[in-house]
Amino acid sequence: MKYSESIRDAQAVMMRHDKRVFICGLGVPDPKGVFGSTVGLKEEFGDKRVFDTPACENGTLGILLGASLQGMRPIMVNQRVDFFLLALDQLINHASKWKCMFAGRQEMSVLVRLIVGRGWGQGPQHSQSMHALFAHIPGLTVAAPATPYDAKGMIISALQEGGPVVMIEHRRLYDENQDVPEGIYRVAFGQAHVAIEGKDVTLVASSHMVAEAKKAARVLLGQGISVELIDLRSLRPLDVQTVYASVKKTGRLVLVEGDWKPCSVSGEIIAALAEKDPKIFKSAPVRVMWPDMPVPTSAPLETAFYPSIKDIADACLKVLGRPVLAAEVKPEKANFNGPF
Amino acid sequence: MISKDLKKKLLRGMLRLRLIEERLAAIYHQADEIKTPMHLYTGQEAVAVGVCAALRPEDTVSPYHRSHGWYIAKGGNLCAMMAELMGKEAGCCKGWGGSMHLLDVSAGVMGSSSILAGTVPHAVGAALAFQIKGEDRVAIAPAGDAAIEEGVFHESLNWASLKKLPVVFICENNLYSTSTHLRDRQPSVDIFKRAEAYGMPGSRCDGNDVGDVYTKTLEAVNRARRLEGPSFIEVMTYRWREHVGPNYDWDLGYRTKQEGEEWMIRCPIKALAAEFPAAQVQSYTDEFEKEIDEALVFARQAAFPREETIRV
Ligand SMILES: Cc1ncc(C[n+]2csc(CCOP(=O)(O)OP(=O)(O)O)c2C)c(N)n1
Ligand SMILES: [Mg+2]
Repeated sequence: MKYSESIRDAQAVMMRHDKRVFICGLGVPDPKGVFGSTVGLKEEFGDKRVFDTPACENGTLGILLGASLQGMRPIMVNQRVDFFLLALDQLINHASKWKCMFAGRQEMSVLVRLIVGRGWGQGPQHSQSMHALFAHIPGLTVAAPATPYDAKGMIISALQEGGPVVMIEHRRLYDENQDVPEGIYRVAFGQAHVAIEGKDVTLVASSHMVAEAKKAARVLLGQGISVELIDLRSLRPLDVQTVYASVKKTGRLVLVEGDWKPCSVSGEIIAALAEKDPKIFKSAPVRVMWPDMPVPTSAPLETAFYPSIKDIADACLKVLGRPVLAAEVKPEKANFNGPF
Repeated sequence: MISKDLKKKLLRGMLRLRLIEERLAAIYHQADEIKTPMHLYTGQEAVAVGVCAALRPEDTVSPYHRSHGWYIAKGGNLCAMMAELMGKEAGCCKGWGGSMHLLDVSAGVMGSSSILAGTVPHAVGAALAFQIKGEDRVAIAPAGDAAIEEGVFHESLNWASLKKLPVVFICENNLYSTSTHLRDRQPSVDIFKRAEAYGMPGSRCDGNDVGDVYTKTLEAVNRARRLEGPSFIEVMTYRWREHVGPNYDWDLGYRTKQEGEEWMIRCPIKALAAEFPAAQVQSYTDEFEKEIDEALVFARQAAFPREETIRV
């Protein structure tokens, strides 16, 4: 099942199972169904539970939060993270604080789905991931599933557990394929997954960068280097313990993340390890992240902006004190060719 | 026509609210027991009391920073409010909310927000839930005359009207946003007339006439119950005391004492009380003062939240 299909499936399963669940957002009932992730839901569940909204992200989120206070379990779909930034007031000032501010007597529940764009000139306002921004806020759960299995399991966890959950979905993961169980199962928040076991270097990734890191790990294996790849799966709560256990073993850490470095999740992990055990590193950790500037548009600039598989492999070689790769690593799949 | 019984209920509601607010003003700095920014409702009583009298217990209100009036008028627990203002464990938010974040779910008082217009979409969302679940309930969205300047307010009106949701928007127009007059913030278009642009009825009522507030709200609430959609009501009212805190602020110069006195002469409580024997009004006053005394004793004796609640 594709990532997009697993998301669709999770929502459909939960809507069949739980009358409280409904879904809305710009384009949700469209024929294309938000890149396939909402296709057919309106036909199955009707337009009272599956509907479009006016273009008003803050209002929409506030309305869904208000509905959740009456026992509903809404899903809000956003075709890009960037558009959702208009709703930060309802997310940060309201949803994240509600339970604490009212001493647990009321809690707001919503699953906010956010899609990150990349490539085909989408540029500075259609490609932001905003991991750090969301992960900074107490009271939020921030999921960044890298696989179809996790995407489905995390949607189910969000809808069953309640509370405000932000799920960051990378557009480039939408065609990833994996066997996904039928029916209901959960993937817990705050539990990283050791995607590849290894002993030489710990490579920490999230979201789309997990797929890229896997490719880098394969290249390195060809050079006799054993990478331990950790897929963070959620950015809040953050599973520092799994990373710690791995670095305790390897002593070497590379973090690859589709976001800017300052105040980042990757920076937080390095800080947490340094506080816990300053002698844990055999060499300085390295972050492979975006240049400190908005995402560019023109194709050659995009290529220069995003970390390549070689960049990831080179960072691992660097922390091991080995020479970097001589040549670029060829992409396995054809590049994304738009339009959106 | 408003029955004598209803008039009695409205008078008692307003009088009780006035006495609560005036007591809070009196004690606020006496021993500095109330360490929370407090936006008093004195002068505006007819709004919340008139609106809430037109509601059923299962209907909801989503208040804003000037929250005491809505909380009390909808039936929020007085002891829990006093304890909350003093930051006590027995408070309605166990000391995590304060004056701007009151809540009493059992009375239909949803959590209030101090972000302008922050709870307006929550009321619309409550109405959406009522519609999806087929419940015969109505949500009230109160907002000040500045809150209606926020984008989310307009987003909420658009949604509510589009989906014909059972919600009533109440704009409490007390002319000021802190110390800035309406004329310096908005073009001179009557606020209630803007509702028409969203395809919903808009009306204005006299915030010193609790019967007018009640009657117009009931009309709007009935329309919502008939599933005909939302309405908008602008209530002309006046905040007597300073924007935040217990004092009068005529000395600041952004408004004149004369302006204030013109509103105070038309005090909504005085107007209605004149229809009742003075002794009867006095007996209500005594009853409420005693209730407030007891609530304050309760709050003072209550424990503070334990520090261990703050986890690292
Ligand atoms: C989004 C936001 N902006 C600014 C403020 C600061 N603020 C608090 S109360 C207030 C005035 C509000 O006026 P109005 O809505 O008319 O309500 P009133 O205080 O008159 O009852 C302002 C500007 C705020 N709380 N939230
Ligand atoms: Mg005002």
